[in-house]
Amino acid sequence: MKRLSRDQLASRVARDIPEGAYVNLGIGLPTLVANHLPPDREIFLHSENGILGMGPAPAPGEEDPDLINAGKQPVTLLPGGSFFHHADSFAMMRGGHLDICVLGAFEVSASGDLANWHTGQPDAIPAVGGAMDLAIGAKQVFVMMEHVTRQGESKIVERCRYPLTAIGCVDRIYTDLAVIDVGPDGLHVLEMVGGLSFAELQRLTRAALIPPPQGMVA
Amino acid sequence: MVDKTVVSLEAAVADVRDGATVMIGGFGLAGQPAALIDALIAQGARELTVVNNNAGNGELGLAALLKARRVRKIICSFPRQSDSHVFDALYRKGEIELEVVPQGNLAERIRAAGAGIGAFYTPTGHGTLLAEGKETRVIAGRPHVLEYPLAADFALIKAHRGDRLGNLVYRKAARNFGPVMASAAACTVAQVDALVEVGALDPEAIVTPGIFVRRVVAVA
Repeated sequence: MKRLSRDQLASRVARDIPEGAYVNLGIGLPTLVANHLPPDREIFLHSENGILGMGPAPAPGEEDPDLINAGKQPVTLLPGGSFFHHADSFAMMRGGHLDICVLGAFEVSASGDLANWHTGQPDAIPAVGGAMDLAIGAKQVFVMMEHVTRQGESKIVERCRYPLTAIGCVDRIYTDLAVIDVGPDGLHVLEMVGGLSFAELQRLTRAALIPPPQGMVA
Repeated sequence: MVDKTVVSLEAAVADVRDGATVMIGGFGLAGQPAALIDALIAQGARELTVVNNNAGNGELGLAALLKARRVRKIICSFPRQSDSHVFDALYRKGEIELEVVPQGNLAERIRAAGAGIGAFYTPTGHGTLLAEGKETRVIAGRPHVLEYPLAADFALIKAHRGDRLGNLVYRKAARNFGPVMASAAACTVAQVDALVEVGALDPEAIVTPGIFVRRVVAVA
């Protein structure tokens, strides 16, 4: 079994983003997806701070402090891009106008509950940003994360232990081991990395999985 | 002749009282009205409630206002950042109150205050810690949470160009919360990079019409 690297995982997510999609990439790991979008597809990246048509990082020396992404890193604007105020930006997010958002997660439950904003630790400072708005508002919510924590614990669980971001919002989970659809009847494995058996994936996952159609591996 | 320009930053914030609620524009440092914040620090008002997306970056601007111990409470969506150490220290010592609001609720609550909306229902936050104790209602089969408007005594915002009537245009993603905050405060003060003659701003491109703005001050 070979786990996907962060870039391989980003590339796998990018493959599922179609021509013409309006997409929001969350802070952290999901931001990497931008580097792997197929150049032959016209895809519109939205940034919560009021940008549609966001482009890649500028060349060194070309940074503009008024042109940053949600993670407050410098970005560029593509031809045809636009700027708008926060209420309009969140109308796009909450009003069902984004086709896809890609979010990181601490945990996802078997019923698609998402926990990604707060560890719940007594000394943690809670910070939610736009995560709850994206989770309830995008037409499709993709989660992108490592399958297990550094301690080896499954991040896919029957029931989230971390404070929730939204209930039943996740449509698909991309991990370094598998692609999993969240269906009304449970977690459907669509793909697994080469060399990984379904039994082994199930052993690493603290929620019941439904096996993939035969012969499907990434 | 109407003239909303004020001669100095000092005059722009002179009447902010202790205990006032002050909206401060910006997303991180983009759109943050740093000169107005510095003037507010010099003015000395205390026990402020501040509304901003974040809780200050580094040591300047909003972080400096916090560091000067002028803020009793901050209402924001994303206080914790790599460079939010001023806020982090105050919070861990229990010396500042924090209300965390989902960013879309923050924008919409401000918009609602500016638009005369009494309250609104939204799915955002349903079933989470941030909706605990709030009224809920199922609308079209989906659970919603009741959220109330957020108004302020002052809004301090940054724009790119302004005229003496208070018309404003912004620059790139520095626009962010400026337009909604301008509508939601009893007194909106805009710091602009440059003042222009009336008529110089394209009426098709004015983002914040002057009706929402009380004072304009140019900052070189």
